[in-house]
Amino acid sequence: MTRKLMTNRRTVLKGAAAGGLLAAAPLAARFASAQSSAPIKIGFQQHSTGIGAAYGRWYGRTTEAAVKMINDAGGINGRPVEIVAEDDGTDPKRGAEVLEKFANQSGCDVAFGTLFSHVVIGSAPAAGELKLPYFVVSEGHHVASGMLNRYTLQPGITDVKSQVQAMAPYVSENLGKKVTMIYPDFAFGHDHRDYFTAAIEAQGGEVLEQIAIPPTETSFTKYFPKIPRDTEVIYHVMVGPAVLTFVKELGEFFGPSRPEIFGFIDSLEAVDLASPGLEFLEGTYFWEGNPRYAQEDQTSHDKMFREAVGVDANGASVSDPKDVSTYAHMFGCWETLHIIKAGMEAADYQGPADRAKLIEAVEAMTDMPEGDAHPQGPKRFNGKTHQVFGVQYISKVEDGKLVKVHTTSIEDTLYPDEVDYTTMSF
Amino acid sequence: MLEGAVGAAVLALTALGLSLVFGVMRVVNVAHGEFFMLGAVIAWFVATSIGGHPAVGFVAALALAPVIAGLVAVLVDRLILKPVKYDPEATIVGTIGVLYILQQTALMTYGPEARPVEPPFSHRIALPWFEWGENGLAMFYPWGLSTNSYKLFVIGAAIAILLAFWLIMTRSKAGLIMRATQLDRETALAFGIPVSRVYSIVFGLGAGLAALAAVLIVPIQQAHYLMGHDPLLLSFIVVIIGGLGSVRGTVVAAVLIGMSDGIISVFLSPTLAKIIATLLVALVLVFRPQGLFGKKPA
Repeated sequence: MTRKLMTNRRTVLKGAAAGGLLAAAPLAARFASAQSSAPIKIGFQQHSTGIGAAYGRWYGRTTEAAVKMINDAGGINGRPVEIVAEDDGTDPKRGAEVLEKFANQSGCDVAFGTLFSHVVIGSAPAAGELKLPYFVVSEGHHVASGMLNRYTLQPGITDVKSQVQAMAPYVSENLGKKVTMIYPDFAFGHDHRDYFTAAIEAQGGEVLEQIAIPPTETSFTKYFPKIPRDTEVIYHVMVGPAVLTFVKELGEFFGPSRPEIFGFIDSLEAVDLASPGLEFLEGTYFWEGNPRYAQEDQTSHDKMFREAVGVDANGASVSDPKDVSTYAHMFGCWETLHIIKAGMEAADYQGPADRAKLIEAVEAMTDMPEGDAHPQGPKRFNGKTHQVFGVQYISKVEDGKLVKVHTTSIEDTLYPDEVDYTTMSF
Repeated sequence: MLEGAVGAAVLALTALGLSLVFGVMRVVNVAHGEFFMLGAVIAWFVATSIGGHPAVGFVAALALAPVIAGLVAVLVDRLILKPVKYDPEATIVGTIGVLYILQQTALMTYGPEARPVEPPFSHRIALPWFEWGENGLAMFYPWGLSTNSYKLFVIGAAIAILLAFWLIMTRSKAGLIMRATQLDRETALAFGIPVSRVYSIVFGLGAGLAALAAVLIVPIQQAHYLMGHDPLLLSFIVVIIGGLGSVRGTVVAAVLIGMSDGIISVFLSPTLAKIIATLLVALVLVFRPQGLFGKKPA
């Protein structure tokens, strides 16, 4: 009984319809100055179905908003941008097929958007073979670790290794030194396991137990008895459709006598903090890529970003307060699209023949100041490792809301290069 | 331990449906897990559209979901299984088709998200632990040693449903007719039993049991369009171990698999529990192909 996901034709149709709308809009006059007014096509590998569906939905909304903003400002090199969205079913095999479709059938200039690390790892070889620039928004360390290729870049979101490295000092100084980790049993979770264990040991702490849970698991209590009694801090990160069950069962397991809890917000992305059963999270800590709740010191850029995507001050959809966003991750789509724009303009990109020039232009990027193109914060891109670095946030649950208590510096997140993609040939 | 009991209770109900359908109709229902999913998804729709106290929605779901899932199953029986004359191979292919139709329909209408249904009641019950401390024997409540009132309810409800099912099968006329059809289709037909209607009802009942199990579990887990996969696999394991078509075997095997899964998971590791369950299937197939309680083929 293998589980098979069929192509969701509705998504394809939707993507096509959205593309058609964009093309049909009365933009002809505005884009007339370009040499070619044909749209620049960006293939969007979207997790519309499968375990990444909640992320796919919000990555889609963010992408739509970013493209609208770019087109309203005149597009890229005077040409409008068109998104070709395809569902990959959060499945690595399907992911590679989708890239092939982008390159050979839809005539896309670049591909972008993937989150789940196993899909990125499954798709990247196809991008290399097809010579299709592949901009991922995944957080995985696989780009900077050197396991992928010159066509795969991650310029819009930081990777797990830099995130956990920046968290370890805070955890060991404020919460405790004896940590038990609970993480999903695939590449993304293994990044957490390996790099956090190393980082907390560097701080004089130790990881007592590492509990791996298959990402498709639906009941979790049976994993918890392995948590050692002398644990001071629980470090949790979970993904998939059952994250709410996971956190609820964690709370039920501990009852009133819980240790300190530090989680990656991935465990509760797209989940309402006010859900019944989550009251025990009061006073616990979360890593956030981007604070879900509008903070007191909210920047004008974050305000603009929220409005453009349609997210309210609580991080939920403006049209449905129960539809909570994946706020800590989806800014990556927005920033990546702006980097594709900047790269194409720097390379004077005309068509697929200029793909190598585009990659070289992105590799040449370094510091990116905070702004409307980078609402999450300032970034520093490393052209050699194809990975961006940026500030990280730690929030504490207070009165049922996430309140920012610590912001790391970019320096906290840096580590020595492990690869130099620029030495590889195209 | 209690985790295992909850698992066993739900598993027994689901597997019973599969076993019943096979026993009476000789149909291997590959879409069984999807009826489970259907039950959970309908429970969500009912619970959210009714509103008010979560218990009201839950009770309504408990009543409606099995009926709707059962009706869908009756439709499947009439439209797909009957035209292929219950041919064993054709029904397997047919139910695989039903599996995808149900799964994709759920995806198109319900969407790809996992959604929770609020339990009608839920209290954390902490169990005390005694230990010799500085002041002699002290009682304290350590983390982890606790359960939830709703989980206890699931176990109780499942036992009640199983008992009711057993009574129906052994004491009522409907049960007699079903058992007669199971024993010998031709003779039952000759005695004036409307076999084709019995088949429809049995198929509906099987699906209804799966849906009922799903409604019970959905406040603990969440409704998701891919959730039918695991229960299907586990039901097959249980039915193979217990013997296809044997109600007693199904229940015993469900308790065995569910409890051992819970206990091995807690004390060793969840992966090992799955390995042992699969190993058990292989052993049963090698040494007792008819299952623990199955009858030898004549």
